[in-house]
Amino acid sequence: MNRRKFLTILGSAGVVSALGSAKVAEASPASFPYYPDSWGVLHDTTRCIGCRRCEAACQKVNNLPEPKVPFTDLSVTEKKRHTTAYEWTVVNKYEVNGKPYFRKLQCFHCNDPACASACFARCFSKLPNGAVVYDGSQCVGCRYCMVACPFYVPGFQYDLAWDPLVQKCTFCEPRLKEGKLPGCVEACPVDAITFGRRSDLIKIARARMAENPGRYVDYLYGEYDAGGTAWMVLAPAAGGAPVPVDDPEGAGAEFKQLGLDTHLGSQPMGQLTYGALGAVPMIVAFWPVLFGGAWAMTKRREAMAKLEQEKIIKDAKDDLAAAVDAAVRKIGETEGEGAAERARQAMTETLKAREAQNSGDGHGEEK
Amino acid sequence: MDTHGIIIPTKDKLFNLEPLLSRTPGNIITWIILAVGFVITVIRFTVGIGSVTNLTEAQPWGLWIGFDLLCGVCLAAGGYFTTVACYVMGMKHFHSAVRPAVTTAFLGYAFVVVALLYDLGHPLRLPYMFFFPGTTSVLFEVGLCVATYLTVLFIEFSVAPMEWLAQKFPWLLTCRKIVIRVTILLTIFGVTLSTLHQSSLGSLYLIAPGKLHPLWYSPFMPMFFFVSSMAAGASMVIFEGLFAHKGVHQYMDATHLREADGVVLSFARAASFILFAYFMLKFIDMLVQANLPWLGTGWGAWWLVEMFGFVLLPALLYAKGARDGNVGLCRLTSVLAVAGIVLNRFNVSMIAFNWQLPSAERYFPSIWEICISIFVVTMIVTAYRFIVYNMPVLYEHPDFKGEEH
Repeated sequence: MNRRKFLTILGSAGVVSALGSAKVAEASPASFPYYPDSWGVLHDTTRCIGCRRCEAACQKVNNLPEPKVPFTDLSVTEKKRHTTAYEWTVVNKYEVNGKPYFRKLQCFHCNDPACASACFARCFSKLPNGAVVYDGSQCVGCRYCMVACPFYVPGFQYDLAWDPLVQKCTFCEPRLKEGKLPGCVEACPVDAITFGRRSDLIKIARARMAENPGRYVDYLYGEYDAGGTAWMVLAPAAGGAPVPVDDPEGAGAEFKQLGLDTHLGSQPMGQLTYGALGAVPMIVAFWPVLFGGAWAMTKRREAMAKLEQEKIIKDAKDDLAAAVDAAVRKIGETEGEGAAERARQAMTETLKAREAQNSGDGHGEEK
Repeated sequence: MDTHGIIIPTKDKLFNLEPLLSRTPGNIITWIILAVGFVITVIRFTVGIGSVTNLTEAQPWGLWIGFDLLCGVCLAAGGYFTTVACYVMGMKHFHSAVRPAVTTAFLGYAFVVVALLYDLGHPLRLPYMFFFPGTTSVLFEVGLCVATYLTVLFIEFSVAPMEWLAQKFPWLLTCRKIVIRVTILLTIFGVTLSTLHQSSLGSLYLIAPGKLHPLWYSPFMPMFFFVSSMAAGASMVIFEGLFAHKGVHQYMDATHLREADGVVLSFARAASFILFAYFMLKFIDMLVQANLPWLGTGWGAWWLVEMFGFVLLPALLYAKGARDGNVGLCRLTSVLAVAGIVLNRFNVSMIAFNWQLPSAERYFPSIWEICISIFVVTMIVTAYRFIVYNMPVLYEHPDFKGEEH
């Protein structure tokens, strides 16, 4: 049982697991390498001649629409094209240290793909044979996979009103099942793309570097980038001028010139989000306590304030009653009982009237 | 309150539609926008997303996500902000601000979902995320929280329509009692869900470090989004008040009018503190991530414009307005603060996104995308007007006056 399958089971346990425990499992580092026996492809850019036969083969074996520019026209490689929903692989020309080189673009079939991590309807899966495949039958068409992909690979059928889907290179998964090579690999006339076990390809790449000093940059793009990819790229060397050790900006210059992002890091892109997702159960657990506590404190403060106010009012009333009594007694002593009684009546009425007026004023505030 | 001539629902009449249907310039503009929006809607759903948008492989999320969703959700934060202030923190003098805030928050979220349907390739499959939950996805968390919070807001908001219709359907009184009894539960549930999805809107971009400019990309994006949503919530309450006092003044009762200025000043003070905290967070994050050299570039200048012109300036103006008791200044500042929030969301989702691509491949929304966004805003305003004209939102229904909740 692999990690994603494990998560699937957890996920299907429902909303609670989705909010809670599943995230903890995801936060663990990806096991690496992902599928040790998976297939991969090694793209040697020093060999590629930009003939676009891989593009033609891809179009043929995948029944893609005819291209706007025929495959025999090689001038389009000058333009920096991206893959689209209808062109799953394209070849572009790049200047590396002043010399022209070609690079084939397609899905890199990451070991732990960003698209699969980002998909909220579980349309993408990394198969044990190495291919990252997409099943559009439950695709919502949100295109977050396209935002997530660091290689700008998945394309969307923007032109379709009904059933528009995300499309990308499938590693010719159906052909792999039949024991055939991917269309592009089969069509390459110069062996610029080599198919094999990913683990073997890494050895082959190292061997090529060792056997051809000065021909390659001593780095295999995709071995670790973005957590490792099934399709890897060899870049031509700077031609004798080694990158100074103390020049971090110069590092990976050839790959940058080949249009490859050298800042992706060695962890799967999805892991960048796992920290934030891991905070979810904490917030779910802690926020109700925090705000419930704040509410309880507010309630208590209100109750205390009310009690205090009642006490103040009672004290004030007692004071007032005592003052009235004293005044009435004084009047009684000097003016006689009749006058004292009249004075008491007048004072009581005035107080009542004032009280009624005060309670009328304050109705808005008591809420 | 008798002096205001408020239409008391069901007592006077069930529907009060004249203000929506009369031939005023505002209404005519509304009808035109709604008609144009309807036409574009038909085109969008019969010809495809590509027919009305400039979206590409490199820019799969454009204005409909950047404005309708990111800004929409953020600017609807007034709901949780006001309910927490009133019910949890016990600031009862904000009580008259709760219903308008909950109403606008509910409408905001409801129309976020409506707008989202335009952007989805398979709008009808939106519920699929519950059947095939991709639990590794931030978007799943956003979807789950927004769906749940929309339900919470619907229940919180439902008191107003229930009071509206109570005389016709007396059984609604029972429902209303139940909802009012669980108000505090809904509030706490609401703030939890808001924290989660407001922050996860920022987490959405964590997965694309290579695409977003380093000045905006940060591991703390979830926190930035959450903190700024609080400022947005406070600012939007003031901002909406600015228009409500112009447009639907006669539907406010004496309590609402008496409390309105206090709400503005208190929220301005809160927003001032939050914006300043946000400014410090962003600035320290910039230093910690060693982004100082970027400030010398064009992107750095743009970042400084955002930070000083749209975060620090509104923070200071709010502080001055709140200190001087200057309601007008606070209201003006809310315009600036809201613009700042929108600018920030635009920067993250569109302007500083794909910053490394050559300008020919950069995205700019098509006129039709802008029209749909205007269409959605107009729908919200129209729905708000309908509610305010008919339901006790800006005034207390006399039958339920003075009830503690």
